[in-house]
Amino acid sequence: MLMKYLFAKNDEIPAGSATIFFGFSSIFWFVVGTGLGSFNAAKLAFPDWVTGTELFAFGHMRQVHVLAVIVGWISMAFGMTMMYMTPALGNTRLWSEKLGLWTVFLWNVGLSLGLILLWMGITSGREYSDLIWPIDLVVIFGVLVPLGINVWMTIAHRKTQGIYITNWFFGACIFMVTITILVGQSPEIFNLTGLTEAYLTFWHAHNLLGLWITPVAAGIAYYTIPKLTGNPLYSHRIGHLHFWAIIAFYSTPASHHLMSAPLPEWLKSFASVEGVLILIPAVAFVANILLTMKGKWSLFVENLETKFSITGVLLAIPLNMQGGFQQTRAINWYVHGTGWIVAHAHLALLGMSSFLEAAAVYFGLQQMLRRKLYSLTLGNLHYWFFIIGFCIYWISMTIAGLIQGAGKIYEVPYIDVVVAEHPYMIARWVGGTMVFTGNVVWLYNMWMTAREGTLVPEGRYPHELAYER
Amino acid sequence: MAFRQHKLGAAGVGLMLGFSMMITLFGPSNDFRSGVSTWVGLDKQLSLGRLIGFSYEDPTVSGEGKPITVILDKDPKTGAAIDPPVRAYVYKAGTKFSPGINHNELLGPGVEELSTGIGKIGSASMSSGAVFTVSKGEFNGEEVDYIENTTATRGWTPDAALRTAGDENTRYVGKGKTIYITEGCWWCHTLLPEQTQDWQAFGAPPFLGDFNGEMPTAFGSDRKAPDILHVAARNSSREWMTMHFFNPRLVQPNSIMPRFNYLWGRTDINGNPIDIKAWSKEYDEYLAGNRIYPPEVPEPARDSEVRALIDWVLTSLK
Ligand code: HEC
Repeated sequence: MLMKYLFAKNDEIPAGSATIFFGFSSIFWFVVGTGLGSFNAAKLAFPDWVTGTELFAFGHMRQVHVLAVIVGWISMAFGMTMMYMTPALGNTRLWSEKLGLWTVFLWNVGLSLGLILLWMGITSGREYSDLIWPIDLVVIFGVLVPLGINVWMTIAHRKTQGIYITNWFFGACIFMVTITILVGQSPEIFNLTGLTEAYLTFWHAHNLLGLWITPVAAGIAYYTIPKLTGNPLYSHRIGHLHFWAIIAFYSTPASHHLMSAPLPEWLKSFASVEGVLILIPAVAFVANILLTMKGKWSLFVENLETKFSITGVLLAIPLNMQGGFQQTRAINWYVHGTGWIVAHAHLALLGMSSFLEAAAVYFGLQQMLRRKLYSLTLGNLHYWFFIIGFCIYWISMTIAGLIQGAGKIYEVPYIDVVVAEHPYMIARWVGGTMVFTGNVVWLYNMWMTAREGTLVPEGRYPHELAYER
Repeated sequence: MAFRQHKLGAAGVGLMLGFSMMITLFGPSNDFRSGVSTWVGLDKQLSLGRLIGFSYEDPTVSGEGKPITVILDKDPKTGAAIDPPVRAYVYKAGTKFSPGINHNELLGPGVEELSTGIGKIGSASMSSGAVFTVSKGEFNGEEVDYIENTTATRGWTPDAALRTAGDENTRYVGKGKTIYITEGCWWCHTLLPEQTQDWQAFGAPPFLGDFNGEMPTAFGSDRKAPDILHVAARNSSREWMTMHFFNPRLVQPNSIMPRFNYLWGRTDINGNPIDIKAWSKEYDEYLAGNRIYPPEVPEPARDSEVRALIDWVLTSLK
């Protein structure tokens, strides 16, 4: 079907097609990504499990897991939300449905190719920029630029006077992430070396999170929560404080990832201070959303999408408290490079961000398919597998990290730390596997929704209808 | 609509992002430029070559087209004894030079002047190959290490250098680090002892000039294993490394490091086929207590990946 639409006239493509393809692709990659994660975790807990072949070696699969969830799941879910929220907020149609479909197509092809090469060991050897630069050029010119053009043109052709905060985030973040990737790849393309390369690697890694993953996820919540609750956003002005503070503060603290490297000291201090300042947008965001819930807190229990969304927002509280302070010199020396950071990264990507996107994908797919979710039971099952699995993962890795930190400063022989961490490695695998199982359920549930979900009548929202199963 | 909010917004975003890029990109680039290459930095870039990771000369990232490090105890031209032996970096004809040779400014003030002056690196030619060493010289009253193009200064040719060294004194360092990258060792290990507390356990943290010309640096961010920047200073046994890579639990029963037995390739040093399945079966019997000794670990073939990996670990990570 995708093939047919790729060469159809724009006007003949039903509105919402791009959203639907993006939505299913993102869930698919979520299943793949978490499956790989669970497999990797098993290898850390039981190193002799699958051995003797290069293909299933830990070092070949770890980065495939990371990029499948970031570029596959999270970013495609972003693409999906942009395809339906941007026009809805501008009271108009998507600028080009066809361009949107081409974006999904190139995205899936490029990502599959990149991940296969990565799996084979064809890598650039730079964390988060592991994809070789030709693939990165596909990401920029085949994915981000077309996505950007679609979103920017839709915003420019809007039929409303103002621009809602979500669209501010979408429009700006696509631009900023494109710049980030361009600058981040420059060491590979222009062969920049040494500390410049090391610094740019983490400059890219940090800005990928700070200027793409967290702000776009927040932008999504600015749409879903008012939509689902029927309450207007508590304050558009606080939303703007959030937006501009992200751009001012979140684009600068990259070097706090390299506190122990011989980078200039002024840069590290600067990064540390700016890193604490990210609490400004963080508090603005959480407060704004939670205040929007006023009078509608029952939906947190009753409505599946709200449950996902608010869970994501609540997880943003520990996320930002950790994020703001763990990068200061006072704390960083203890936790740097330990499982604590792994826990924190999963709190950001699997916790805060993924919950917000899951809510938006649930909502958007029902809305665009014009079908009510197939089964509430399966939806709830997904939620509870997801949150419990995530908590097991997060808590066990945090403890493992603290053990590692203690081992580091008391100079315990490293092997004793490995032994002490073993139970938490098993817990981590159990947690990750639960999340993976939940996602398989989700994919099934969404597939059945597309086929058998109750039709939503014109003029109604899916969440207004009662469940039939 | 006279007031176009998005235009104002776009300008604002551009301005703010531009400002933060000025600080975070332009600012540090000045500091990095003043880094004077240390011996470690020169040794690394000469032994690793142009770059590691996907590139035109090595598209499958398997360690093709990398320079070879040799330890010379005799002058390859005259045959005179050299004591103590020197490390030389052999670039066969066609091997891409490390970045500092063509972009001299990467070497840092002082090193650049000496390398291009008495070191004669300017006359090295990629198409006919060259042999480099790191020598000590004086610049403005301070001792600095610089690159010497021995092909020009002493008439050492790549072939002669390789022949003089023989297999025993040849180290496939560049290929070894490539394997470190492709096998993802850096997802568990770091190459960056921390400035605050790692001195005792893992050794001194690196200095500013230790990285000039290295790509990628692969510090690693997530430590599930010891830092190995100075591992060869703690443990320089080739035999231990060989057993440890084949199956870490032969020497460290509690290790979670994966087995890297597939890096041996098909045959061992004598050309005998390696049967990993059979080995694992015998090893399981050993674990079950039905054997007194674990099965022997095959000796790596000369061109095997693990040979290069161990070469890199024992030569570079001191
Ligand atoms: C799953 C994580 C993991 C991966 C991947 C891994 N290692 Fe290890 N490595 C460990 C652990 C844990 C130890 C400490 C226990 C031991 O000695 O085996 C270790 C120990 C070592 C040591 C000895 C360190 C010391 O202080 O004595 C060396 C050398 C080493 N690894 C090199 C490598 C190389 C080279 C690779 C890639 C081919 C690699 N490791 C891949 C986990 C890993």
